[in-house]
Amino acid sequence: MKIVKVIALVLLVGFVGIQFIPTERNQNDTVPKTDFMLVHNVPEKIQQKLQVSCYDCHSNNTQYPWYNKIQPAAWFLEDHIKEGKAELNFNEWDSLSNRRKKSKLRSIIKQIESDEMPLYSYTLIHKDASFSEAEKQELIRWIEQLKDSI
Amino acid sequence: MNNLKMSIATMLLLAVSFTNAQEKEKMKMDHSKMDHSKMMNMNSDTKAEAILNDYFNLKDALVADDTKKAAQEGSKLAASLKAFDASKYTAEEQKELADIIEDATEHAEHIAKSDMGHQREHFKTLSKDMSDLIAITGTKSTLYEQFCPMYDGGSSWLSSSDQVRNPYYGSKMLKCGKVQKTIQ
Repeated sequence: MKIVKVIALVLLVGFVGIQFIPTERNQNDTVPKTDFMLVHNVPEKIQQKLQVSCYDCHSNNTQYPWYNKIQPAAWFLEDHIKEGKAELNFNEWDSLSNRRKKSKLRSIIKQIESDEMPLYSYTLIHKDASFSEAEKQELIRWIEQLKDSI
Repeated sequence: MNNLKMSIATMLLLAVSFTNAQEKEKMKMDHSKMDHSKMMNMNSDTKAEAILNDYFNLKDALVADDTKKAAQEGSKLAASLKAFDASKYTAEEQKELADIIEDATEHAEHIAKSDMGHQREHFKTLSKDMSDLIAITGTKSTLYEQFCPMYDGGSSWLSSSDQVRNPYYGSKMLKCGKVQKTIQ
């Protein structure tokens, strides 16, 4: 019985301890001129979808959920955001060449088509971020058009 | 006395073999000089040839449905792409090349860490990058641009052989496709 208490205490101290380790916050007040929405004429419906489903990890601005205040959840988020931005940052869209834009759009389509994006772990909590089949098709069609126009 | 004779004989032998070796070395150097001038004449870019070679190895791995091998070839290709030197090209070409290399590197890196389905997706765009690269650098070998109408609304790739071996489907549809263009 004593050993259980000791372990519980160690875990508790550890849990409290890690709360003091700061995480980098992905937040900015300004949207740069290179932002996807500013360079392309994006229909409002699609704009909103991208904002809610993609921008949290693929831009310089994350709408943080409440659990971001708690470690180790915040670490997972930080990691996802870092990785997401490295792959694709909608805020810096226009700094890409046309070749790179087409490449990225092709990957975006593939990711949405195969339900790899948005991440399951993300839509699990952000219910509004998931796509219905109709929304998926609409979004893919629009991105296809954009890709062919570049 | 005998000992002395033996040492002289050994020294002579050594001297002979040493000169012989030097001679060979010289010949080798001449040879390499020859190769070099030949390459200069043909105006080919060895770094671009290395990239192309890695690309072909990657393609063969995809034809063989070998994800692991394709991943290895992908990272080799990424390394060759990073080693590319565009300094001898015009400013405009350099800009275009830098763009192609950046894009291709990203695809190669993804191929190095993905499953077969993804590898093939990236291979499609990578193939486009490759033909654009070769259009600028040229190549000393004859290439065949091949085309499969079925994969992702129609996709092409490059091969050093005119025999069609489909990297997008592998064993499923090994010979699906046709030669679209011969690049010389």
